[in-house]
Amino acid sequence: MSTVSVKEPLMHIVKRDDNSLWRNVYIRVIAVVCSLIVCAFIIFGLTGMNPLAVYGGIWNGAVGTTRRMWVTFRDAAILLCVGLAITPAFKMRFWNIGAEGQVLVGALATAGMMITFPQLPPALLYTVSLLAGVMAGMIWGAIPAIFKANWNTNETLFTLMLNYIAMQLVTFCIIFWENPKGSNSVGLINKGTKEGWLPSILDNGYILPIIIVLVIAALMFIYMRYSKQGYEISVVGESENTAHYAGINVKRVIIRTMMISGGIAGLAGFLLVSGVGHTISTSVANNRGFTAIIVAWLGKLNPFFMLIVAFLLVFMEKGSSQIATQFGLNENASEIMTGIILFFVLGCEFFINYRIEFRGKRHEEVKA
Amino acid sequence: MSIFLIFLQKAITQGVAILYGANGEIMTQKSGNLNLGVPGMMYMGGIAGLIGAFFYEKYAANPIPFVGMLIAIVCALLCAAFGGLIYSVLTITLRANQNVTGLALTTFGVGFGNFFGGSLSKLAGGVGQISTIVTSSAFRAKIPFLSEIPIIGDLFFSYGFLTYFSLALTIFLHWFLYKTRIGLNLRSVGESAATADAAGINVTRYKYLATCAGGAIAGLGGLYFVMDYSTGTWMNNGFGDRGWLAIALVIFARWRPLNAIWGSLLFGGLYILYLYIPGLERSTQEIFKALPYLVTIVVLVITSLRKRREDQPPAGLGLAYFREER
Repeated sequence: MSTVSVKEPLMHIVKRDDNSLWRNVYIRVIAVVCSLIVCAFIIFGLTGMNPLAVYGGIWNGAVGTTRRMWVTFRDAAILLCVGLAITPAFKMRFWNIGAEGQVLVGALATAGMMITFPQLPPALLYTVSLLAGVMAGMIWGAIPAIFKANWNTNETLFTLMLNYIAMQLVTFCIIFWENPKGSNSVGLINKGTKEGWLPSILDNGYILPIIIVLVIAALMFIYMRYSKQGYEISVVGESENTAHYAGINVKRVIIRTMMISGGIAGLAGFLLVSGVGHTISTSVANNRGFTAIIVAWLGKLNPFFMLIVAFLLVFMEKGSSQIATQFGLNENASEIMTGIILFFVLGCEFFINYRIEFRGKRHEEVKA
Repeated sequence: MSIFLIFLQKAITQGVAILYGANGEIMTQKSGNLNLGVPGMMYMGGIAGLIGAFFYEKYAANPIPFVGMLIAIVCALLCAAFGGLIYSVLTITLRANQNVTGLALTTFGVGFGNFFGGSLSKLAGGVGQISTIVTSSAFRAKIPFLSEIPIIGDLFFSYGFLTYFSLALTIFLHWFLYKTRIGLNLRSVGESAATADAAGINVTRYKYLATCAGGAIAGLGGLYFVMDYSTGTWMNNGFGDRGWLAIALVIFARWRPLNAIWGSLLFGGLYILYLYIPGLERSTQEIFKALPYLVTIVVLVITSLRKRREDQPPAGLGLAYFREER
């Protein structure tokens, strides 16, 4: 046995094998703070305004008044709902980037029911439009899943294309439902009677959608963690071969999971029409399908973390639209800032999973 | 000129931006990176070119179209490549998820374009729309004499130079990918990074360069749209979903640049077909607008059914490569 001194490269990357919650939190906080500093420099460089005043404006716009606060909570809940829809698919490594389209067809089916059957008793109308929304989302999610399961058709690109087909389907239907004629928009559905509008609880129209989403979040957590189906999803995600070997019917799991995924997205569409906007347009999903992917990924597919990420993103969005009006900026400033924050948070994952060791200390390596 | 000729001409002008985007994405995907940030990078390229031309025209006493054009091209290339660089640092060095990073880049890029497009003239102390007619005239200059030939001139020689350059670039890209050593190396990185690494190819360098160059190429598509198609003006979200169509075209072309040429013509044609079919209801028009996406899905399904090896995406597409995790 002899000891040899080995010279290492300047730095090398080592996977962390311990997993401390405390470090995970502080690395992310540092990343968000860094991104806000970069944003502050950009704001100052472009406009010469005091970045602190701008951040104050963001705070004010997101939670400055009771109403704004509730709107922020509700929109965060709905974004979380779409994120929850994506969760089982992503756990299965099925890259469903078609939530946008699944939300749209869900919203479309809901609006269709509200327009076609306004005379139904309220309880029945809620049920019918909820079912229609969920079913539509399920179908939209099942189509790429069937092709993926049977012929391994690339799901990322398939679901992406379906988004735009859903969008054209919505514009197609709007032409039949437009009110007034020729306006190219549907306007508030059942404006006078409010048929099919989700009711207010305690005189607060924002609570019911929030409660629904929180219930789904809890159910999703239990489903993924404690059910047999949830376990099957993780096995298929980790390795399809292992799943085959363990006797799991992979095709069925893929299709079933995507139906759940699409169904929840369709439910988000139902909430957006029946509970929020009471109208239908191509912008009803408003890029939530894409933002939700970021929510699901950064939240590590854990409903609780996803709630935090969803709230943070909606907070930034609401706040930025406030500073847009307050300081006369263009409202797209929020997308730039959101993008920068996302870059930092995505990048910081690396430092959570790995650590960099620099040269300097020489390893004593034992050679046999 | 007959309606069919006009249709062809318009289909070509629609197709050019998509062709640039698709070429950039083919380059990127051949290295194994599925960059969904193409729409964002195209916005970044378009707005950066516009900003460059805008400031040149604002501060030069007698703006020369050719100089403005050069400035716009350099700005567009740099800015779009910067988008590719952000993506590369995050996915290659910091090992972030490709899909999520790409979507974040699209959010950022589209916001970047719309923000500066909407408020540039105001930030610069002026009012109203940005307009860079002088520079745009250089981009839109037709070929002298040849464009005056009836029919043939209109159909083949009536476009700005970026249209012809897109063709040249596509052919170059085909040559580069399939006839050169570096192209072969690049494709091997996309097919199996571990094998390429074992063969002594610097995987990280290839991925970085391909992604940044792909971004720059896609950015030219945005520049074409702003400077040639929209005559040097900006309309928020005017570029629409063409960035996603570019990704669709990559699939349609089955990752081969030469297929993308006629594919872009087809997509451009499908994009505006509803305007040229007489007697369409407004509602039927909307269905026609979904055609490019439907066609892409059909191609996607057919290629997966036929399982021909040369039609498949790069085997390593979307997978990150970490040397120590083999």
